[in-house]
This record gives sequence, structure tokens and C-alpha cells, in this order.
Amino acid sequence: MSLVKRVAYFIGLPVLLIALWWLLTLGPTNFFVPKPLKLAETFWTVWASDRIRTDFLPSIIRLFIGLAASIVLGVVLGVLIGTYRWLRSLTEPILEFFRAIPPPVLVPLLMLLIGINDQMKIVVIIAGAIWPVLLNTVEGVRAVDQVLSDTSATYGITGFARLRYLVLPGASPQIMAGVRQCLSIGLILMVISEMFGSSSGLGFTIVLFQRGFAIPEMWSGIAVLGLIGIGLSFVFRGVEGRALGWYHGLREMQRDS
Amino acid sequence: MTVNELTLTKTNPVTETNGSAPSPMLSVQGLKKVYQVGDGEIEAVRDLTFDVAAGELVCLVGPSGAGKTTLLKCIAGLLTPTSGVVQLAGKTVTEPPKAMAVVFQEYGRSLFPWMTVQDNVELPLKNQRVPKAERQQLVNDALAAVELSHVPKSYPWQLSGGMQQRVAIARAVAYKPKVMLMDEPFAAVDAQTRADLEDLIRSIWKKLGVTILFVTHDIDESVYLGERVIILSNSPTVVQDDLTIDLPEQRDQLETRSSPRFTDLRSRVYEQIQLAKSRALTGPTAVPRKNQKP
Repeated sequence: MSLVKRVAYFIGLPVLLIALWWLLTLGPTNFFVPKPLKLAETFWTVWASDRIRTDFLPSIIRLFIGLAASIVLGVVLGVLIGTYRWLRSLTEPILEFFRAIPPPVLVPLLMLLIGINDQMKIVVIIAGAIWPVLLNTVEGVRAVDQVLSDTSATYGITGFARLRYLVLPGASPQIMAGVRQCLSIGLILMVISEMFGSSSGLGFTIVLFQRGFAIPEMWSGIAVLGLIGIGLSFVFRGVEGRALGWYHGLREMQRDS
Repeated sequence: MTVNELTLTKTNPVTETNGSAPSPMLSVQGLKKVYQVGDGEIEAVRDLTFDVAAGELVCLVGPSGAGKTTLLKCIAGLLTPTSGVVQLAGKTVTEPPKAMAVVFQEYGRSLFPWMTVQDNVELPLKNQRVPKAERQQLVNDALAAVELSHVPKSYPWQLSGGMQQRVAIARAVAYKPKVMLMDEPFAAVDAQTRADLEDLIRSIWKKLGVTILFVTHDIDESVYLGERVIILSNSPTVVQDDLTIDLPEQRDQLETRSSPRFTDLRSRVYEQIQLAKSRALTGPTAVPRKNQKP
């Protein structure tokens, strides 16, 4: 019963909105506003085709490589910077500087430096998506509880064991908060990186349709992006639920008491 | 009551390490800790010297702010003393020694909230590469000793405060230390639980023959638990008094606490602490005299 309820809650609002959209577009409409049935049809013909291989998959693969690299690099650098005070003092001004640069402005520059290829697009994704992971990891590592740290020391838990059993789990709530932001920034930058001088990918396809006034096709590309967002959020929630079950339980306990 | 009627055994405050006497399990000699605060200095511990013999249960009691936690951290190897040495079984402590386990006051912050009760107790053993079967046995025994065998898969935060502190004690017990340091471990639990935990410590101490140094600010607790009570002065800290608790080994919350001898000892500790406080108010003095009449 609870599963049925959850599914109902999940699809309730989308179904309602689509119904409203369908009702409002029954009559004659603006050329740029698509009708639901027409869009569904277009969606099928545009995306259930070779485009999956030529545009969808390359984008997704670049996105995943970019996200994975952002998370791994962000956590590794964040742990280092959070652990060593001198490294923090040394890197802080530089980090603030680079963090303030909007990654889209890097696209033309990186095109010149790296060329118009997959590496350039992945670097653009990393350049924007690494910051929330990196900065949250630094904060999480710095905030590791002093009593827990003393406890670990008295039991001889040092070095790598300390990292594995104390620092990483202790910082994991903050790391996960950073990863959540990293996913949405990554998706945005995936699209942007494909909008200039590209010849494949979702961003390229959407811009191509827009310039050719293929409006339903353009909308179908935007819908694909939305669906990727939902997919990412599902994966994230699954991972977070497993990794941070203890954290949510602890928080709930503290709220109740 | 007069103090002269009491039979108080003193330990020699200055212990020669090259003497022929068997070396103590834990030896604190001339310990001094000064914190640098901005331009100034805060002298938390002035000059502490005492020994704890193997298998002893010693309570350290002192007014709040007496530098008890500083002292304990120096003994545990978490802080480096400004001068003086701490020796464990004849070896100078420079980092947290392997043969020592510490139970902290803040049980909620000393257990890993991302690990189950069992994993918490097991972690130090896993880190020491104790074989799995032996590890399992030690964990089970330790949890049984603190009567928590029924919750190995629970998370610490799902348990009451007293139970959490028992998990921390089980973790220390499973580690099989030579010396157990306890830093006001029951200060944050309710009175009833506290009485149970005091009896638990006594029974674990008797069963395992481990050396225990128990820091507390509670006078009754120190007398009830200890075989010996070391009274610290106000900060900057020195040893104010050192007395043997000659209560029967089998202690009982009701009987022991209402016995005249308990009351005598308790008064003695109380007077010494009052003395320590007034001395702090009238300014620092030389090392306190022993055996003085209050």
C-alpha cells in the first residue's frame, strides 16, 4: 500500500501539470509553444533513433567522466587542504580566485588551448563542478570532532586508518551536500560546453533545432535534459540513503530529544 | 570526627626511578603544563608527582578547573607536557601508548556514529590486526561484561546515554589495556545510571585486574570507587593530598555509602578540597604540607 502511495505522490503533480498543459493548448497556440501529444510523438521520432548513439551517449559519457573526476579530485584535494593548515593558508586566495570565475567564460579559452574535442568539454565540466565538492570536503574535514579525533589517537588509529574510519565518514554529510550541487552544475556545463563549435551532443542538437525553427524537436531535447536530471537525482538519493543512513538517524534522534 | 583518628597511608610524592622498589605501572613526575595564550601564559598544571601501582584503582579528584583534563591528556599522550615526564611501565609517554585506553566524558562524541555498537568496539582491534575469530570473541566478551550483548547491531545514537557510555567502556575493555584512563565518564548521566556504572567499573576492575585512573569532580564517587584518592589543588595544580580508601573491597551503594567510615573519608576529601580552594583564593603557596589538621 505504501508503495502505491509513494508512486501516486511521485507522478501525481506531473500528471496534473501535463493535463493542464494539454487543456490549455487544445485551441490554436503560439508557434513556439508545443502541444503535449505532438511533443511526445516528436520525442519518440527524434530520440528513438541513431541520435542516441551520436548525440545522447557522447554527452552522457562526457558528463559522467566529468562528474567522476570532479568528485574524486574534489575529495582528494579537499582532504589534503582540510588536513594541513599550511596548505590551506597557501591555497585559499587562489581557490577564491578560480572559484569566482564563471566556467562558461572558459569555453572559448579552452577551445584555443585544448582544441574542440571531448577533453575540452570534460575540463569545462570539471572546472565548474569541482568547487562545491572541494570546498565542502575542506569544511567537512576541518569539522571532524575533537573528541572523536582524540579517541582515534588513543587507540592508535592514525594515518590511512584515520582517514578511512574517521575523516572520510565524518566529512561524508558535507561531501554529499557538495556532490548534490556538483551534479546539477555538471549537467549545465555539459550543455554549455557543446553549444560552441561542437558537432555532436545534446547541447549542440538543441541549438541546431532552435536555429532551424524545429521547435517541437528543440523542446524534446530540453525534455531529455530534464529526464537526465531526474535520473541523476535518483542515483544520488540511492547512494546517499545508503551512505548517510546513520546521519539522518542521528539528526532525527537529536531533533526528538 | 578528627582527622587524626583516620589511618591514612601516604605514598612518597617524590619517587626515585632508580630505586630498588618495583617500578610503578604509571608514574607522573614533576609534570607541568603551561598554555600559551596570545602574549600571556596560563599555568594549568604546576608540579604534579604521583605513582599508580599495577592493578590499582585510583581516583583523581579536584575542584572544577583544576586542570584534571589537561593532566589526563598529558598522561594519555595527547598533549606534550611543558616539563616533567609521564612513564607507563617504565617507558616515557611521548604519543598515545598502545597499552592504554581512555574513556571520555562526552560519550556522544567519542563513539563513531556511523558504526554499529559492535563495529565501534571492534575497530581498535581491527586496527591492531587482531585475527577475526579472536576479535569476535573479545567483542562478545566485552559487550557481555557491560551487559550490552543484546544490541550489537544498534547504532550508538539509538541508545540511552548510560548505554552509550557502556559501549565506550566495552571498547576499552576489549582493547585489553594495561591502564584505563577515565575522564569524568559519568558526569553526564543521570544519578541512577551513574550508580550502576560505578558498580560496573568496580566489577570490571576486579575481574580484569586492570590499572584504572579515574578522574572525577564528585567527592562521593571518588571515595566509593577508589582504593586510593589523590586530591588535586586548584589551578595551577599540585597534589593536595593522597589517601588510601580502606573500605571493604566488596562495595554496595546503600551499605558502603551509609557506613561511618565512608562518611569519615568523604569529609576528609571534602575538607582538603575546601582547603585547596581557599588556598587558591589567598594566592599561590608552596607545596602543601601533608598530615595537617584542617
